Amino acid sequence: MSEHIAFVVNGTPRELDVEPRRLLVQALREDLDLTGTHVGCDTSQCGACTVHLDGRAIKSCTMLAVQADGAEIRTIEGLATSDALHPMQTAFWEKHGLQCGFCTPGMIMTAIDLLERNPDPTDDEIRHAIEGNFCRCTGYQNIVAAIRHAAETMRSGAAVTA
Amino acid sequence: MIDVTAAPDVLGASIKRVEDPRFITGNGNFLDDIKLASMTHMAILRSPYAHANIRSIEIDAAKRMPGVLAVIVGGDIPYNPLPMAWPAGGSAGIQNNINTPRVLAMDGVKWTGEGVAAVVAETPEQAFDALEAIVVDWEPLPAVVDAEKATQPGAPQLHENAPNNVVFEWAVGDKAGTDAAVDSAEVVVRQRIVNQRLIPNPMETRGDIGWYNPGTDEYTVWMSSQTPHIQRLLLTAFVTGIPEHKVRCISPDVGGAFGSKIFCYADMALTMFASKLLGGRPVKWVESRRENYQSTIHGRDHITYLEIAGKRDGEITGLRVKTFANLGGRLSTIGPGIPTTLYGRVLTGCYKIPNVHCEVTGVYTNTTFVDAYRGAGRPEATYVIERAMDLFAAEIGMDRAEIRRRNFIAPDQFPYDNPSGLGTASGGAKIYIDSGNYEPALDKALAMAGYDGLAAAKAEARSRGKYMGLGLSTYIEVCGVAPSKWIGAVGEGWGAAMWESANIKMHLTGKTVVTVGTQPQGQGHETTYSQVVAHELGIPMADIVVQHSDTQGTPFGYGTYGSRTSSVGMTAAIKATGKIREKARRMAAHMLEASIDDIEIDGANYFVKGSPDRVKTIQEIAFAIDLAFDPPEGMEPYLDETAYHDTPNCTWPFGTHIAIVEIDEETGVV
Repeated sequence: MSEHIAFVVNGTPRELDVEPRRLLVQALREDLDLTGTHVGCDTSQCGACTVHLDGRAIKSCTMLAVQADGAEIRTIEGLATSDALHPMQTAFWEKHGLQCGFCTPGMIMTAIDLLERNPDPTDDEIRHAIEGNFCRCTGYQNIVAAIRHAAETMRSGAAVTA
Repeated sequence: MIDVTAAPDVLGASIKRVEDPRFITGNGNFLDDIKLASMTHMAILRSPYAHANIRSIEIDAAKRMPGVLAVIVGGDIPYNPLPMAWPAGGSAGIQNNINTPRVLAMDGVKWTGEGVAAVVAETPEQAFDALEAIVVDWEPLPAVVDAEKATQPGAPQLHENAPNNVVFEWAVGDKAGTDAAVDSAEVVVRQRIVNQRLIPNPMETRGDIGWYNPGTDEYTVWMSSQTPHIQRLLLTAFVTGIPEHKVRCISPDVGGAFGSKIFCYADMALTMFASKLLGGRPVKWVESRRENYQSTIHGRDHITYLEIAGKRDGEITGLRVKTFANLGGRLSTIGPGIPTTLYGRVLTGCYKIPNVHCEVTGVYTNTTFVDAYRGAGRPEATYVIERAMDLFAAEIGMDRAEIRRRNFIAPDQFPYDNPSGLGTASGGAKIYIDSGNYEPALDKALAMAGYDGLAAAKAEARSRGKYMGLGLSTYIEVCGVAPSKWIGAVGEGWGAAMWESANIKMHLTGKTVVTVGTQPQGQGHETTYSQVVAHELGIPMADIVVQHSDTQGTPFGYGTYGSRTSSVGMTAAIKATGKIREKARRMAAHMLEASIDDIEIDGANYFVKGSPDRVKTIQEIAFAIDLAFDPPEGMEPYLDETAYHDTPNCTWPFGTHIAIVEIDEETGVV
């Protein structure tokens, strides 16, 4: 038994036939080959699976693909253009905001969601916003620095290129 | 001098990591990101009981489930149990009562999560569905999870060859001297302390893909591992009996490990077996987080009785320790080595304590196996000695920082041969604490923490309804593991070596490939090796690629753990650059029609002494050597050099950590 769903992923309309139990993260990773979104904990604790759904950060390991029918989804693969990284990606690179890189896509998606709602967060607000995203390399200091740096860059509107 | 190929020196520079672009764009290649043609998926049925016998396993219904390709139980698999590579005491005559896991358990289960059957299916969902159709007739048995209680009369017994659940009894230090020092001391403080069990919990769980190629009779195993070379050795020579040259192991990007991915796991062999069973379809297994908690190693779990003895003026004269180390239901690859060599031998830390004796009992319990996790043995040792120092200071009314200062090994006392036996491994292969200067680190940390104002800060916190406390630790760690003569041949360790390797090839175009035996899990090896090689050869970092983690194409290496890559692995890389330079120098002399003794090197430029305009760059030289149209007499083609480095000593980093914690007395909020 499968359900037909249609959604827009990173600006491209996509249609899938999925089992009703198929998770959104599986649909993205397995059916659409968007493996930049990771599964860390299976239980929405760790945030490695964070993507944007209709403009808000959600954990795609605890949402069914059928629930995303009709939605607009953005993943880590949808941030950079062919010639420019997103300022948040640049900031993570500049500020050494990653070590093993497994949490990084989810961390970046959550951080962008924060800045879209709060363009000038305090460090406390940044730490609160990423409390649902774990980094087991314990790189939080640099992650906070990266998000702060991205906020400055994005407020100034400077063009950031790779 | 003619500056032909100026490359800025990147050693010590703050540069952006070269591996980051793939991770920040979602283009990393972790184990579960790999998709192969005709790939199948495996799920493992795990024990719901901590201790049970298996009366029977009924698999027929599971075999008939949709998409199921195979259902496997332990009796199907002709492989040996997993290896035990580091018995306590090595070959020094300590009895180790060894029990290691089988690929799937056959003689009952010893912990919750031990694998007993596996399903391979077309999709992961079908494999998990079929697990539920397997019926195991369990005979639950009484279980014990506490290492001390497990050794006591009446405790449930896990293994016939391990009476009272004892794996080994190991001791280090001078028993008579320590007994005398403790029993005659002015002050003795005794305490039972517990270092609780931890779960390593990398963000990426483990996983494997086994692929048997029937055309070549060869296996490829992708694994989320810190040690692909070691796994190939262990899986072939010890577990499967498949010849080593018929197996290739590859670690793709690894999403954290913290020690837990050093070891040989049953699932690695299981995917190999299953792929051959299916005639060569690749078999992927990806660990769920629940499985990671149950069936990937845990860390720590010590119960320790400590006695610290000394004088009222704060001089510590003796340390007597008895530890029960919980090793789980069966032994992981180097489980016994962690609470012995890496614990008892560094128990006195950064202090000059003349008499020390440490007994360790390794114990089986009905828990997940325990092995190296973040520091592995050394943090457990640090906890013992640091807690002991605090207790002793409180007993004699001395400041906690002062008692540490009073007992530090002084800067002029190195190399220091510590009495818990670093220097007394059998066979005489000694290692020493080579250097240190502990007091400045302590002073700096105390100043940063405002230690002198702590009493006032605590009083002020109290007035606000808060409790404030301070934790202080001064420590050393044994890193840069390890001299092979010490860790291997003399029986201290695991009967193997711990050198490292690197190969450097400079191709015709001057582009350079560095292949190494270590394996990153977030440490940034691709950046750091590039920096070192760029510095040594005077070439741009952008012209270097670092390849690693694939037994086909990289020289054998022992992997990354124990803070060993920069000290052991990069020294191998530097040695390889030395060989590259030497060959290039010979070629430069030939090309410039000069004596080799007259060729000087400045970065990438090889020039005739006193005639800097008679110069060849390393890239021009590489081109000439690689083409080899006109080599000097006896020179073989290609600028391609391999080096191995065995370290003469471990490294001995030290430091001071201070944690100040404030707790609300009503809510408990930190």
